[in-house]
Amino acid sequence: MLDALFMYLKVILVGGTICMIAELIVIRTKITPARILVIFLMIGAILGGFGLYNYVVDWAGAGATIPILGFGNSLANGAIVAAKTDGFFGALSGGLIATSAGIAVSIGLSYLVSFFVSSKTKKD
Amino acid sequence: MNRNARNQNYIAYVEKKSPKAGWFEALFHAFITGAAVCCLGQMFSDIIKAFFPMMDLLTLGGWINIIVIALTIILTGLGLFDRLAKYGGAGTFIPISGFANSIASCAIEYKKEGLVFGIGSKMFFVAGPVLVNGVAYSLVVGIIYFIIGLF
Repeated sequence: MLDALFMYLKVILVGGTICMIAELIVIRTKITPARILVIFLMIGAILGGFGLYNYVVDWAGAGATIPILGFGNSLANGAIVAAKTDGFFGALSGGLIATSAGIAVSIGLSYLVSFFVSSKTKKD
Repeated sequence: MNRNARNQNYIAYVEKKSPKAGWFEALFHAFITGAAVCCLGQMFSDIIKAFFPMMDLLTLGGWINIIVIALTIILTGLGLFDRLAKYGGAGTFIPISGFANSIASCAIEYKKEGLVFGIGSKMFFVAGPVLVNGVAYSLVVGIIYFIIGLF
């Protein structure tokens, strides 16, 4: 029980801190959110490429996998794992295979939702 | 009204309209929201683990992502995610929910422009750069590891 509580504390600490750093960048500089997403993705992919991000994932669970850093990590990690088992073809396909479910669900569900919902004109 | 006075009026108008919250408050909101989204993910992970103890970690991570993405897109469709994003700032767009929300909201926004060049292409207005960069990095990492593995 105490273990589970401690796990959630770690999730809050890591997940919250990552988002707070991003918010600090938004406030202090003129970098747009889309650029910050790409920068964080790049950091995640670099850390994943060196195999360092897996330690964070082991320690903080969803606190590390839910932020976009975890998306970058699974892209890099999937390519590494597949390159070891399937050789060159694995190196080319592994990254997308590891993240394919999330991407496919985002696209498919968004497509579906856009049929049912129309954008409202924004009031000021 | 001369140009100077008009500019001053405009600056005053922007000051009045832009949010008053200090940056400390914004940081706190981002921390709370980000932590809440991550906790939601951890909660689903614990629930799935309780029902399917044999599931490996990669599949589990995939399922958590799918659940958070699906929830985000449904909330976006209902128009509730905008309010959360206004409160949370980076706390909502740095988790995977931001990626899902950008696809869903662009798809809804550009629905009027048609099925092919409206939804089909504008859907990736924000998510496109993320996907392109992500795939490029994964290719680089994969190829480097393949070359290292040869020796």
